[in-house]
Parts: sequence; structure tokens; C-alpha cells
Amino acid sequence: MDRRSFLKGASVGAAAACVSTVAEARPNLEPAPEALGMLYDSTLCIGCKACVAACKEANNMDPVISGDDLQYDSAKDLSGDTLNVIKIYKDGTAEVKDHEENGFAFEKRSCMHCVDPGCVSVCPVTAMRRDPLTGIVTHHTDACIGCRTCMGGCPYNVPQFEYDEAFGRIHKCQMCNQAGLERISKGGMTACAEVCPTGATLFGPRTMLLEEAKRRTNLKGGDTYHYPRGDISKPESFHEKDLDANYVNHVWGETEAGGTNVLHISGVSFDKLGMPPLGDRSYASQSETLQHTIYKGMALPAVALAGLTYFVKRNKDKDGEE
Amino acid sequence: MSKAQPLGGTIFTPFFMAMMVLFAISVYFLGVRFTEGMGAVANINGGYPWGIWVVYDVVIGTALACGGYALAITIYLFNKGQYHPLMRAALLASLLGYALGGIGAFIDMGRYWQFYNLLLPWHMNFNAVMLEVGLCVATYILVLVIEFAPAFLERIGATGLLKALNKVLFLFIALGILLPTMHQSSLGSFLVAMGYKVAPLWQTVYFQPVLALLTALCMGFSIVIFEASMSKVAFKLDDETHLLSKLGKIIVGILSVYLVIRFAEILMHGKFGYIFAGDKNSLLFIMETVLFIIPIVILSSQEKRNNPKVLIWAAVSMLFAGSLYRFNAFLLTYDPGPGYSYFPSVSEIMVTVGIVAFEIMAYIVLVKTLPVLHKPKHA
Ligand code: SF4
Ligand code: SF4
Ligand code: SF4
Repeated sequence: MDRRSFLKGASVGAAAACVSTVAEARPNLEPAPEALGMLYDSTLCIGCKACVAACKEANNMDPVISGDDLQYDSAKDLSGDTLNVIKIYKDGTAEVKDHEENGFAFEKRSCMHCVDPGCVSVCPVTAMRRDPLTGIVTHHTDACIGCRTCMGGCPYNVPQFEYDEAFGRIHKCQMCNQAGLERISKGGMTACAEVCPTGATLFGPRTMLLEEAKRRTNLKGGDTYHYPRGDISKPESFHEKDLDANYVNHVWGETEAGGTNVLHISGVSFDKLGMPPLGDRSYASQSETLQHTIYKGMALPAVALAGLTYFVKRNKDKDGEE
Repeated sequence: MSKAQPLGGTIFTPFFMAMMVLFAISVYFLGVRFTEGMGAVANINGGYPWGIWVVYDVVIGTALACGGYALAITIYLFNKGQYHPLMRAALLASLLGYALGGIGAFIDMGRYWQFYNLLLPWHMNFNAVMLEVGLCVATYILVLVIEFAPAFLERIGATGLLKALNKVLFLFIALGILLPTMHQSSLGSFLVAMGYKVAPLWQTVYFQPVLALLTALCMGFSIVIFEASMSKVAFKLDDETHLLSKLGKIIVGILSVYLVIRFAEILMHGKFGYIFAGDKNSLLFIMETVLFIIPIVILSSQEKRNNPKVLIWAAVSMLFAGSLYRFNAFLLTYDPGPGYSYFPSVSEIMVTVGIVAFEIMAYIVLVKTLPVLHKPKHA
């Protein structure tokens, strides 16, 4: 073996490794300047599923029937036919609402409209897009190749594929603002917030919703509070309610994986409600930092290719074989 | 030096017929997949969007097809011309492995009729690992076709074309080293974006690419050992153990580096406790680690390395280790949260089996009709 060529070959690799360390980390994205979202307050939710029905109607999707329950949409989880479900947490005798022990609580599952969305970061063909102004994350079927990377890259398992169709599509909540519906662009609000009788699902600017969420989580049991319904920036009505149980002092979505535009507050801890174990750093920022560190401006592969070509040519010529 | 020659002989042996049956079964299930949707054949679901069609056919399949890549590094980067006799067979296996990985990706692509969007610059998302893997693998398949073309050109006697190709072949060989380096490491990077769903023993942000790359290289060297040993028996060829055992030595080096990084990462992040947690994940980790250590132990000994029977066991253990590592990270310990589970269905497995059967059939046909392997001189 020729020691010199070995050393040179190794030095190409070492040089490549050095170039790769100069790239900077990409921080989490910031909330969009006019970010819109929703606040879901589990303590207000009465589990009527009006939002589930309204969501299907607005988005033109068929109900899912499970078991003998033919009267109501009884979808159990998000799927290619369902963008929004109300799930229930139960413990022991399940007597008291919003209690962890021997209690129960509701939880809404739909797209969280992440501030730094994993689905957008991993989609190879830009079929998931975050609106630069409102932060609303939409899906574009005409671009999608159906690779389903977005499903794995979403911390909340939100995007769902129609596995039962020969020509399936990805579905997710687009905050009722996809082309053709555009409830928000037309000055309206989301269908689920509009029909919610208690204001458990509230629509509005993220900043206002975050302030509202913090006001509520600071309340004590027994306090009375005026809860708005519909759009927090122009509520149609309010209702008064005495607090039975304390809120968990945590606004889900303020910081989780870079934060979300849909915020949740609740009387039971979020892991009980099925929320995933997330840190502050978004996976999108970590994955992109890694990818760009390795391929800083494609310069690294180009340098590597030049080096490789040189060695291959030299060694091939010397061989004289083939 | 002997020259590569077509092996000749009958193609339709009983073994070959059996492979045809397996392939026919998979064609039937593929028909169902393309008419009734993926759910009719595969058990993938809302929490497990990727099943064995991605994890075996693409992630593991292309790593098993790294023989051409590993040998190209040895021959051209480290200038070890004596490995040339192994190169064509390795290239052919790589070509078939990658082509079928590409077919697997296409079968699994939910909206395959729009795949060309990957090639349209205004659709490309350069932040996405999937874009890089998709484009890189597709380009590498073309590069492999060109690298393997001399065998075909020799066969049809296109001397002029062969000469012309040989003049520029070095460019493609260089690409053939660069591209797998890129996408084999990126296949590991996929895991980063999946965050908490990947179990702690397999999740690491910054080491994912290097761990994937080092294991893919070892799998590449091992598959060369495995194929050469199998072909020797199946087609009664000359013994090449003297060459293969040296590849074994390279595996020991790379694999040691891999294990040091793997365990350093686990220790550094305080994840050591998970190894002995006694649950499913700890068991899988221990199995995987044992499979990685077996080849190191065997191949470190010169005497064992030179024994063809022991050598092949080391290679097989390495192939299982690298495959289990990928299965563990992407499927067996993958946990998207409560309410979801995945185990492949029979029909889903049959599709993958059929694809592998096709790969084997194509290999047999091509080595019998094209100059790929080196026949013994006395034959
Ligand atoms: S919740 Fe999932 S689908 Fe919705 S924006 Fe976040 S990553 Fe995308
Ligand atoms: S399935 Fe569609 S939207 Fe999701 S990552 Fe793939 S191309 Fe993008
Ligand atoms: S915002 Fe619209 S699409 Fe999303 S859950 Fe509510 S009703 Fe459904």
C-alpha cells in the first residue's frame, strides 16, 4: 500500500470535516408578525363535539361512524377523513371534571400550527407552507408526492394520509383558510371556534390569546371570570363562570418545540392529555442546522468531489487496468 | 490476471423458478396496492407512516447495496488495485440493490404520479433531508448504470464506445464515492426530525449522520465478502479469501470507531441507564450491540479471518447488526405516542420478499450472460 496516497485521501476527509464546523446553528423560528391561532381551554370544553361536526361541514368531509353509534360522527382519532377530534382522559371512577385522580378531562386534537413547523421543514417539495404573515400552516395537494415524511416530522401526528384510496391525499387542519374556503382571509374565524358554545375553542391573534391564557392560568379555584366566545379580538358574547378547579400553571404552546399558534390550557397535566414530551428547541431547527452544517451552501460536496476526482484519476491512471 | 467472463449455463434452475413464484405473489399484492390504496396491503397508519417498505427496502436495502461504494473507496481512494476482480460483481449488486430501493420508494410513495415535483426547482425544499436523499439516490442509480456499463459494452463488443467511456469513467467513479457518502449519512439524519418518537438510545442530534455512514460502509464491505463467498460456492469459482480477509481487517477499524462514538454519545448524554432498563428497548440494544461486537472479535484474529467459513459468519453478523440498528431506530423502538402500533402484514412482507427475489433473479441472469465474475482458469 502507498502510504502517501492514504494520507492524502485521509486529508481530504479531514478538510471536509473542518469546513463543516464553521456553519452556525439555526435558532427556532419566531412567531409570524401577525400570527393567528386558537386557545383551547380544556376546563371549558363540555365534550359536545359541535366543533367536530362544524369542521367536517366546513371542510366538506364525511362523518366517520364507529360501532352502533349511527347518529353522531364518532371518529376516534385524526385520519384522512377527520381534521379535528375531541378526546377524553379518564381516571378511576371518572367522577370529577378536570381532576387527575378519579376524574376526567377533554382534549382537542387538531393541527397546532407550530411556530417552527416540523411538517414544513421536512417536506421535500414544499407542499406544507407556513404563511409568512399569519403563520397558518397549509397543505398543497398539487405539490405533494405522498412520501409521508411530514407525518413522522410532526410532533403531534397531525398530517394524515388517505390509506384507503388508490389516489390518496394528505389531510390536516389548515385553520379553515385553504384555497376555496379562506374563512380567515375573508375576515371570518375558524368553524370550530365559531360554533363552540362555551368559548373553549377561541380564535384570534396569538399575542392576545397568550395574554388571555396567562390571565386564566393565574386564577384560583373559586374566582369568577368572564369568558369570551368566538374571536377574542371581537367577541360576540361573554359568559361568567366560577372556577371549580385550578388550572395547571402552564400554557401549552408558549414554548414547546418553538411554540405553537394554537395554545392549550387545562386542569390536568398535559402528559395525561396525550401531549408529547417536547423541549424548547424545535426539531426543525435541529435538523436544518445539521443538514446545513454538512452541506453549507453545497460548497462542501463540491470541494469533496474535486478532491475525489483527483485521487480517482491519479490512482486509476497508475493502475493502468481497465 | 484472469478476465471477467459470462458464466453461461441454464438460467431456469429450480431455485430460479422458486424466486419467480415469490415475485409473482408480490406482483399480485402490488396490483391491490395500486387499485385499492396502501392500507389494503400494508399496516402503516397515522402514527407509523413508514413501514418495512421504507425501512427495509430503502433504508436497509441501500445500505446492503454499499458494496460498490466500499470497494470504490478501497481501490480508487486508497489505491489498492488488487481488489479490481471483485469490483464488477459488487457494482452489479449495488446497482440492483439501489434500483430496487428506488422501486420500493416509488411503491411506497403515496402520490407517485407527482414524483417529478422532486425535480422541479420551484418545488424543492433544500432544508428537507428527503429532497437530498431522493435526488442523491436517483443520481447514484444513474452513476451505477454508467459504472457497470463496461460489462455490457464488452459483451456486445462495442470497443469504440468502451474506450470513450473509459476516458471519462473516473468522473463517475468519483461521483460514485461522493453520492453514497451524502445520502447514506442523510438516511441517518432523517431520525433527527422525528424527535422524541425515536427512542433515546437511538436518538442523537449531531452523530446521526456519522453513525449511519460508518455502519453503511461496514455493511458494504461485509456484503462484498458475503457475495463473493456465496458466488464461489454457487458458481464454483476460485477462492478469493486472501482478498476478502483483508476487507475484514478494514471492518474492524471502522466498526471500532463506530462503537466508540456510539457509546461515547450514550455516556455523554447520561443515557447509560436505558441499556439496562430490562425493557424491550434495552433488549434490542443489547442484541444489536452483540451483533456488532461478533465481527470485531472474529475479524481481529488473523487466523479466524483467513478461515473462509468463519469469515462469512463475521460478515453475516455485521449485516444483521447494521440492519437491526436501522430497524430498531426507525421501527422497533419508534414510538409516536399512545394509540398507535405497527407490525407488517403478510401481504406487506410478501411485497418486500418479491422485490428481493427479483433482485436475486436479475443478479443470476446478469452474471450468467455478462462478464461480471472471474471464472477459474482451469475451467
Ligand atoms: S402540528 Fe404538525 S402539522 Fe400542524 S403545523 Fe405543527 S408540525 Fe405541522
Ligand atoms: S407527504 Fe406530501 S406534504 Fe407530506 S412531506 Fe411528503 S410531499 Fe410533503
Ligand atoms: S380550524 Fe377549521 S379545519 Fe381546523 S379544526 Fe377548526 S374547523 Fe377544523
